[in-house]
Amino acid sequence: MKETSTETRSVVVEREIAHPPEKIWRALTQPHLMEEWLMKNDFSPVVGHRFNLRGEWGGVLDCEVLVVEPNRKLSYAWNFAHEDPAYDLKSVVTFTLVPTSAGTQLRMEQVGFHPDQRQAYGGAKAGWQQFFENLERLLAGMN
Amino acid sequence: MSNAHDMLFRTLADPTRRALFERLCREGERTVGALTVRAGVSQPVVSKHLGVLKQAGLVRDRHEGRHTYYSAQLGALAPLVDWTREMAGFWQSRFDDLEDLLKRMDQ
Repeated sequence: MKETSTETRSVVVEREIAHPPEKIWRALTQPHLMEEWLMKNDFSPVVGHRFNLRGEWGGVLDCEVLVVEPNRKLSYAWNFAHEDPAYDLKSVVTFTLVPTSAGTQLRMEQVGFHPDQRQAYGGAKAGWQQFFENLERLLAGMN
Repeated sequence: MSNAHDMLFRTLADPTRRALFERLCREGERTVGALTVRAGVSQPVVSKHLGVLKQAGLVRDRHEGRHTYYSAQLGALAPLVDWTREMAGFWQSRFDDLEDLLKRMDQ
């Protein structure tokens, strides 16, 4: 796949969850429930509503509601302003809920990562791989 | 690769220095003396490595009485982390928390 500087990359996380879409929708859209699994927020499920997500690490994300289709689809802008373009992020997060026999197929797609917001792991020499693995474990434990 | 990247790669390329940094990441704030105990090199060498780490913004020092405490500055690693991989990990862990919450909502 050829990458151009205008192309963006996305992150997709999908999981089948043993709960009905209506219930997951509540957890995705009620601020006190969102705080339990995502971050502190002043969310409201209204298209055009601007809100912030506040991470425990002190970071603040600027967000805006883009799509609200109850029990089916929720989308909002997920922006992190930073003077360094390598960290400055303008992305869109979209949750899609599809009922299944066992519950719900929940899909999260985050679109908007620029190719230059990627660290070239490929250039890492021997020894770096282990370091990065340790680093990722460390970062994962910090969530 | 930008200068910031070059500096980080150069700073962390030395295994002794990298080991010191990893220890600070794992163990939190430590004095030069405490770091020397298991470093396998002399205190002046440890101090020199800490100086290089500090220049790269990877550690911060804090003076208290006769001691200098060093701590890891994880933010300085940001350029080394692949955002998409990091975000995928972030969302997986959010989904775990979401499932926990959904279980609790039944009760």
